[in-house]
Amino acid sequence: MTSPIPVTVIGGYLGAGKTTLVNHLLRNAEGRRLAVLVNDFGELPIDADLIENREGDTLAIAGGCVCCSFGSDLVAALRTLAAREPRPQHLLIEASGVALPGAIAATVSLLPDYANDGIVVLADAETARERAEDRYLGDTILRQLGEAGLVLLTKPDLVGAQARTEVRAWLEQFATVIKAERGQVPIEVLLGLGSSPLSGTATARHPSYDSVAFDTLPPLDVAHLAAALSNPALGILRAKGVLLDLSGTPRALHVVGRRSEICDAPPGAAGRLVCIGLRGRLNRARLAAQIKPRAAAAA
Amino acid sequence: MFTIYRARRILTMNPARPEATHVAVRDGRILGAGSVAELAGWGKHQIYERFADKVLMPGLVEGHSHAMEGTFWRYVYTGYFDRMDPDGRTWPGAQSIDAVIARLREGSDALKDPAAPLSGWGLDPIYFGERRVSRADLDRVSATRPVGVLHASGHILNVNTKALELAGLLRKGVSHPGVPLGADGLPTGELKGPDPMMMASAHVGFDREVLAADELGLRYFAKLCVRKGVTTAADLANLLPEDAVGMMLRVTGEDSYPARIVSLLRLQLLSGQALVDRALALRARSTDRLRLGIVKLVADGSIQGFSARLRPPGYYNGAPNGLWYVPKEVMGEAYRLALKHGVQIHTHTNGDEATELVLDCVEEALRAHPSPDHRFTLQHCQLADAAQFRRMKALGMCVNLFPNHHYYWGDQHYAMTVGPERAERMNACATARDTGVPFAIHSDAPVTPLGPLFTAWCAINRRTASGRVLGTTERIGLDEALRTITLGAAYTLKLDGEIGSIEAGKRADFAVLEDDPRELGPAGVKDVRIWGTVQGGRVFEAAKL
Repeated sequence: MTSPIPVTVIGGYLGAGKTTLVNHLLRNAEGRRLAVLVNDFGELPIDADLIENREGDTLAIAGGCVCCSFGSDLVAALRTLAAREPRPQHLLIEASGVALPGAIAATVSLLPDYANDGIVVLADAETARERAEDRYLGDTILRQLGEAGLVLLTKPDLVGAQARTEVRAWLEQFATVIKAERGQVPIEVLLGLGSSPLSGTATARHPSYDSVAFDTLPPLDVAHLAAALSNPALGILRAKGVLLDLSGTPRALHVVGRRSEICDAPPGAAGRLVCIGLRGRLNRARLAAQIKPRAAAAA
Repeated sequence: MFTIYRARRILTMNPARPEATHVAVRDGRILGAGSVAELAGWGKHQIYERFADKVLMPGLVEGHSHAMEGTFWRYVYTGYFDRMDPDGRTWPGAQSIDAVIARLREGSDALKDPAAPLSGWGLDPIYFGERRVSRADLDRVSATRPVGVLHASGHILNVNTKALELAGLLRKGVSHPGVPLGADGLPTGELKGPDPMMMASAHVGFDREVLAADELGLRYFAKLCVRKGVTTAADLANLLPEDAVGMMLRVTGEDSYPARIVSLLRLQLLSGQALVDRALALRARSTDRLRLGIVKLVADGSIQGFSARLRPPGYYNGAPNGLWYVPKEVMGEAYRLALKHGVQIHTHTNGDEATELVLDCVEEALRAHPSPDHRFTLQHCQLADAAQFRRMKALGMCVNLFPNHHYYWGDQHYAMTVGPERAERMNACATARDTGVPFAIHSDAPVTPLGPLFTAWCAINRRTASGRVLGTTERIGLDEALRTITLGAAYTLKLDGEIGSIEAGKRADFAVLEDDPRELGPAGVKDVRIWGTVQGGRVFEAAKL
C-alpha cells in the first residue's frame, strides 16, 4: 500500500491571507507535487502566471501541482485526487471563510488515502480581534482558532508593535502563533517535513527558523513523548517522527503546535525525529532533555 | 374558435369577480371569467362540459420545491406518513422499524442481481422513540447487497454492513462526529451530514449525478404536480450546468410536459459578477415552461439538524449555534450586483440570526443600489420575529414560509430544538400578513410532500402530527391561504402578472378539483380531491397520466 497523502487544512476568515499563502506555497513547492482543494465560492484564486493548463474543473500548475474546487462534495474531490497519476505528495485544503477546519479534517480522516498533517488558521493582525467580537461571526472565528494547531499571524506589518504584541498574546491562548508577512513562511513549517522518508538532516533554510534532528532512537513511550513535545515551552512548531513504541511497533508521530497525532507507520526505518521551531525559541537543551532519558529508560 | 370551460364553481382570486361559472380560453390564455353570455361576445366558441361538476382554481403555485422529489420515487419510500407517488399510488406510511424493513425487503426481493444496491428514502425514525436504526436492522434486508436509506430531512443516511464495507468504513478507529460507533467500536451504520453520507452514497445507489436533476426525475416531478393541482413549481436550487439546462429546455418544451418549472441558480461555483452574468444569460433563454434567471443563496443550515444560526437564547436543548454556509461578504456582493443588474435573489434562512444578517446585507446593498420592486425573498425564514417582519416590509422583501414543518416536526421543535415559545412563533403567516410583507407558503418537496392544499391546511390549522396546535394567533383563514398558494407564491417569483388568478390576459392555468375547498372548509381543505390541471390551455387528467 502506498503511504497516505499528508493533508494540511488552511482556515481563516476572508481577507486573512489564505489565498496569498496558497500561492506562496505553490511558488515555493521545491519539487513537491502539491494538490490544492479550494472550497470557496466562485473562481479558483490561483495567480494566473502559475497556471499552466485547465482540464475541466482542475488547474494544472507549474511544477506538477494541481488545484480544484470541491463545492459541496469534499469526499468525491478527495477520491478523485487520490486516484490521480502522478499521485500528489501533499494536499492543501483551503477552507471557505466560514468553514470549520476541524470538520474538514474529520472528513479527511475517513479516507485511508490521506493523513491529517495539521490545521493552520490564519488571523489578520488588523482585524482578528474585531472579527472575533462580531455579533454574527464571533463564535465561528473562535471555533476556527480553537481548532488550529498553528495560527499564522498575517499582515503583522500593518499594525504597530504594541498592537502586534497584544494580538499575538491574545492568539497564543488558542495555539502556537507564528508571524507571516505576505504568506512568507518556510514550507516545512506548514507542510510538515515531507512525505518522503525522513532524511534526518532536514533543516529549515529560513534564517528565523531552527531545526533539530534525532537519529537511531531506541523504542520509547510515543504517547508520552507526543505530550512532552506539544508543551509550548519547547518552542516546537512542527515535529515529525517515525518511532518504535515500547512493543517495538513502528508509529508515526506528528506534532503541529500544541496538537499531536500518532498513527501506525509502515514497517521500515524507525527511530527518527525532526523538530522545527523559531530560532531562539526552539529550546534545544530542554528538547534533548526530554528525549534522552526516555530513550535511556527504554534502552 | 376558442373554448369556454363550464364549471360548478370557479374561484378566480380576482377580487373584482371572485367567482364565476365559465372561463374562456384561446391559445393558452384566458379571455375572461364570467357567465357564458358575457364570454360568448368573444366570438365563435365551443363549450367544454367535462368540468361541469368540477371546481376550478387558478393553477396552484409551489414557490419552493425541488425537482428531486421526482427523482426519489425510483427508490423505496420508507416514510412514516402516507405518500402518493407520481403514478398516483399512495404508499402507506411505515410506522415501525419492522415495517420499514419489510418494505425494503420487498424492494430487495424485486431486484434480480444479488449485488445490486437497494436505496430507500423518507425515513423518519424520530417517530420510533429513542431507538436508532442500525446496520443490523438493514442487514435483515440483505447481507449481500449494499442497502442505504435516506432520512426525510435529507441530512442522515442509514446503511447496512455491506455498504459500510464498500465505503471503507467497516473498521475500528473511525473518528468523526457524524459517524457514531457501536459497542464493538465499529460504525453503527448511521452517517450524519454531507461528508459521511458521501462516503457511502454512491455505493447505495444515491449517485450524485442522478440526484442533481435528471430527465426521468423531471418527468416524474411534473406528474406529481398534476396530481396536486400545481401548474407552476419552483425548483429552488440548481447548479444549472449547461447540459442540465439543455435537458430541461428540451423536456419542458415537449407538447405534453404539464408544468412550468422555475429553476433557480444556486450560488456555489460562481459568485459576484460571474454569478450575475450567468443569471442574466440564463434569463435570456427562458421559455414559457422553463423560467430561469433567479439566484438562490443559502445562508445557514436547518433547525432540526441544529445547523441553523439562532440568535440568543439559542437552541432549547443547549446545542451549540449552527453554521454559516456562505461568508456575509460574498452574500453582500451578490446582493449589490444583483440589485444593480436587476437580478432577483432568494435566500435560504432558517434561524433568526441568519435572517437578521440577510436583512442587514440587503439593507446595505439597497443603500448602494436603491431598487424599487426587487422582491428579494427569504426562503423558510422559520424563526423570524415581528421586528424582522417589519424590516422585511421596510426593505421591500417577500417571504416564503414553511408551515408544513409544524405538522411534521412541530412536536420536536416544541420539545427540543427551539422550545415552546418560539415553536409557536415559527412560520408566522399572520404576522407577515398584518405587517404587509408579501408571503407564500411551501413544502420544500421532497423534504415534505408536494401539495399546496395540504400546505394551506398547515398554515390554517398549525397542528402537529400529535395534534398539538402551535401558535393559534399565527393561523390564517382559508381564503387567505388559497390566495397564498396561488397569487402569493406567483408574486415571489415575479409571475403574478401572468399566473395566480383567473382573469383576462393571464395564462390558462387551472387546478381542477372534485371538491370545493370552501365547502370542505378550514379543517378539510387538505382532503380536497384533485382531478388534474389545465396548463397553458392543455388539459391533464391525473388518472390518465
